[in-house]
Amino acid sequence: MIDSPTTGLILLTLGAIGVTYLWRGMGVLFASRVSSDGAVFQWITCVSYAMLGGLIARMIFLPIGPLAQTPLIFRTMGFIAGLAVFFLLGRRILPAVFMGVATFIMLISYF
Amino acid sequence: MFSEYREVTRLAVKDAIGFPAITLLASMTGFGSLVHESGLPLTMAMAATAGIWGLPGQLTLVEMHVAGASAFFVILAVALANARFLPMVVSFMPLMRSRATRTGWMFLLVQMLSINSWAAGLRRFPQIAPELRQRYYIVFASICMVAGLIGTMVGFVGVGLMPRSIALGLIFMNPLFFAVLLAGVHSRTASVALLVGAPMGMLFHLIAPDLDLLLTGAFGGTLAFWISRRRPESEAAS
Repeated sequence: MIDSPTTGLILLTLGAIGVTYLWRGMGVLFASRVSSDGAVFQWITCVSYAMLGGLIARMIFLPIGPLAQTPLIFRTMGFIAGLAVFFLLGRRILPAVFMGVATFIMLISYF
Repeated sequence: MFSEYREVTRLAVKDAIGFPAITLLASMTGFGSLVHESGLPLTMAMAATAGIWGLPGQLTLVEMHVAGASAFFVILAVALANARFLPMVVSFMPLMRSRATRTGWMFLLVQMLSINSWAAGLRRFPQIAPELRQRYYIVFASICMVAGLIGTMVGFVGVGLMPRSIALGLIFMNPLFFAVLLAGVHSRTASVALLVGAPMGMLFHLIAPDLDLLLTGAFGGTLAFWISRRRPESEAAS
């Protein structure tokens, strides 16, 4: 279907940008007419959160790219460290992400 | 009530530089390094950041493409990962609109909406005169966009210069940042959907890697929707 990898990549990226804009543009069109409390929107919200949950879990526990070479136990420990700091230190995102990433980096550097 | 042009500009700069700019800089650094490590070009990284402007969709694009999914499924998955923009825009734009606003202009401004500017707008708009809200949004969202683009470039260029462990750490930051960001969501429906989706995402990935996110969204999302509909009273209580 696609002749060169570069053309394919450009079309893919433009396609991804296009479909994303579709939601935004439709939002503007609907903004005056549609209630965001309705069942359809609630379902769409559920679908997007479920996908995010699935994406995150997969990226941490079953990664595809370079992370696949790192041990599962280190990724799990980094993840737990980040969440622990998040909930223990009053739900602040920055220290949580920092601690999680630092834990992960330390583990893969020294073990 | 903020009703002066310069006052609103200052407020937007003050709100944006700090936590939102830092998180965007950091998370897009993670995205930039992922793109580099996946063997894809910088132009794609920058185009994805500016054009998609939502990390989950950007990650879906790169991850699924690298995993070898066909273009159709990649684009469909990106579309679904970004479906939240529709309700976000619907709930945001009416707050920013004043009598002077042209709808055509809104179609341009909406491109810069992200979770950061959405949250900041919902928080600040009640304190800002309606005709200056757009000003606040433009300044705030522009700073976010610039921070995101700088982060993408730094991540892409920098990942090759860094020690391997730091580079891997930056890539690891992508899912961790989202996990933490979403762990802070207060809506019960959202939490249910996240917790239902997480194991399903892994299960479907093992069964049908091409369709994993779509199946997770369809089944997990519907199941979560059904659960939250069945128990609306406990949502009111929590």
